[in-house]
Amino acid sequence: MITAPKIEYLQLAPLLLVFGAAVLGVLVEAFTPRYLRRAIQIPVTLLSLAGAFALTIVQTLKGVPTEPSAMGAVAVDGPTLFIWGTILVLAFVCVLLVNDEEHFVAAASAVPGSAEEERAFIEGNVHTEVYPLALFAIGGMLLFPASNDLLIMFVALEVMSLPLYLLCGLARRRRLLSQEAAVKYFLLGAFSSAFFLYGTALLYGFAGSVDLAKIAAALGSVAGQNGLLYLGAALVGVGLLFKIGAAPFQAWKPDVYQGAPTPVTALMAAGTLVAAFGAVLRVFWVALGNLIWSWEPVMWAVAILTMVVGAILAITQTDIKRMLAYSSVAHAGFLLVGVIAIGDAKQNSLALGAILFYLAVYGVTTIGAFAVVTMVRDPGGEAWHLSRWAGLGKRSPKLAGLFAFFLLAFAGIPLTSGFFGKYAVFQAAVADHATPLVVVGVISSAIAAFFYVRVIVLMFFSDPAADGPTVVVPSWGTAAVVGFSALATVVLGVFPQPVLDLAKSAAGSLFVG
Amino acid sequence: MTTHYLVLSALLFAIGGIGVLVRRNAIVVFMCVELMLNACNLAFVTFARQHGNIEGQVIAFFVMIVAAAEVVVGLAIIVTIFRTRRSASVDDASLLKY
Repeated sequence: MITAPKIEYLQLAPLLLVFGAAVLGVLVEAFTPRYLRRAIQIPVTLLSLAGAFALTIVQTLKGVPTEPSAMGAVAVDGPTLFIWGTILVLAFVCVLLVNDEEHFVAAASAVPGSAEEERAFIEGNVHTEVYPLALFAIGGMLLFPASNDLLIMFVALEVMSLPLYLLCGLARRRRLLSQEAAVKYFLLGAFSSAFFLYGTALLYGFAGSVDLAKIAAALGSVAGQNGLLYLGAALVGVGLLFKIGAAPFQAWKPDVYQGAPTPVTALMAAGTLVAAFGAVLRVFWVALGNLIWSWEPVMWAVAILTMVVGAILAITQTDIKRMLAYSSVAHAGFLLVGVIAIGDAKQNSLALGAILFYLAVYGVTTIGAFAVVTMVRDPGGEAWHLSRWAGLGKRSPKLAGLFAFFLLAFAGIPLTSGFFGKYAVFQAAVADHATPLVVVGVISSAIAAFFYVRVIVLMFFSDPAADGPTVVVPSWGTAAVVGFSALATVVLGVFPQPVLDLAKSAAGSLFVG
Repeated sequence: MTTHYLVLSALLFAIGGIGVLVRRNAIVVFMCVELMLNACNLAFVTFARQHGNIEGQVIAFFVMIVAAAEVVVGLAIIVTIFRTRRSASVDDASLLKY
């Protein structure tokens, strides 16, 4: 006899709402006339994200669940709820940016420059499929850090990635770059998820289960299968480190960030990073926590390499989006420092709280920076080359000032949110006696500060070119995004305590199996 | 006895991995990724047999579904870039660098 599985619908409600809205969006694409679609898709998307956020808050107020949901498949614990809240806010903001129809292609299947594309352009077609695709990706992002077994994690990884591969190829201008970014992201992403899956298979062979808690238990009880364990852990690690863009798996990041439509880049840079770090923490802390003596040295090397490679390669960039991509690589390295700072329960709560706070503030600032990038335009599209940004401070001081502020927050200057994020992570690492790692982190931050400041100097102390880029008047969505990001960066830089406390209390209730 | 299947699965995975690295045509690269996923399936089913539980067999079904979804998305992307460039070579698409 088969007993029906027990599903805690209320705990999973945010996930179900987002996926439900995504399915509804697909039906809207199928059954409503073209001219109505946009008017339906935008409210459906925004309302579902807001509703999911409200449901997450309700769940938090009702008390954090003490047991995994859905027969042990999904762990809705404190960190998950915090990450859900963060991702939903970031996603909402990104959708406001996506809403600016300027960024997406009129007919993705048409050959760039063909008559077919021209016709779609003139008819004013827009791909409203962007909204359900984004919702599926966001749903995957919510499930990825909440998954309590490796199979759910793999499925979530794909649900998150597949729509993003498509979204990358939908830029309105510079179609060739956009398509190339999609192909590169797709092939490398599929390659890395194959590694993740083989690692999962080996860990299943080791433990006889893909449940994270059962793998953790098998570490102590299964003997003589170390080959399977180490190889499996390494392969799963490769798959996850690829998604966060840690060196030596960072090569896709600049290419994809540059080619993708900028709102999608913002969604990837903020949402995917948060989700992937949640998954990294779950695998390495919950399933492989007792294996720390084996993975810690490797993670040290990866963290150092990621910070240094990100910071140094960012200096050599001449393209603003590539520079922000390498900056994102460096920030992934800083976050890995926090992942290494695992220890006893008190230390874990300190480190996990720091990582959660860092993820939230970094995500908000990144979206703000990319939103500014969408507003500085050349006739052929956004002005990406750094030389085009020279003297922007003299032509439109407000926008350049905001961008400079976001860059200072990336650099971690006091009175911006980035400072407290870095401080919290490095403090946790020092408490775990990982001081050499913190020294490397601080040096990389200094190198990184150099190229952030270089852009600021370029904007404010160079003469503007005669045919410089124009700063477009932002749509209400873009203006709201920039305003929100700037406000959040200031507020979290001056009064970080409430969010720090929230992150710390969320960190206290991680399910450890 | 099941070890043979694991060796076969590792070989298939390695062939797929090497194929991704050395082949030039995006379609062939993608087929190599699919080969890697199938190698994973073989490993899952073999381990399920070893452990005497059906979890691994169920996972193999999930992987097939995911692989099918990946084919849809992947071929769409590769066909679009082929229509633009008249080539599916991963070496030709090299505008994004440095």
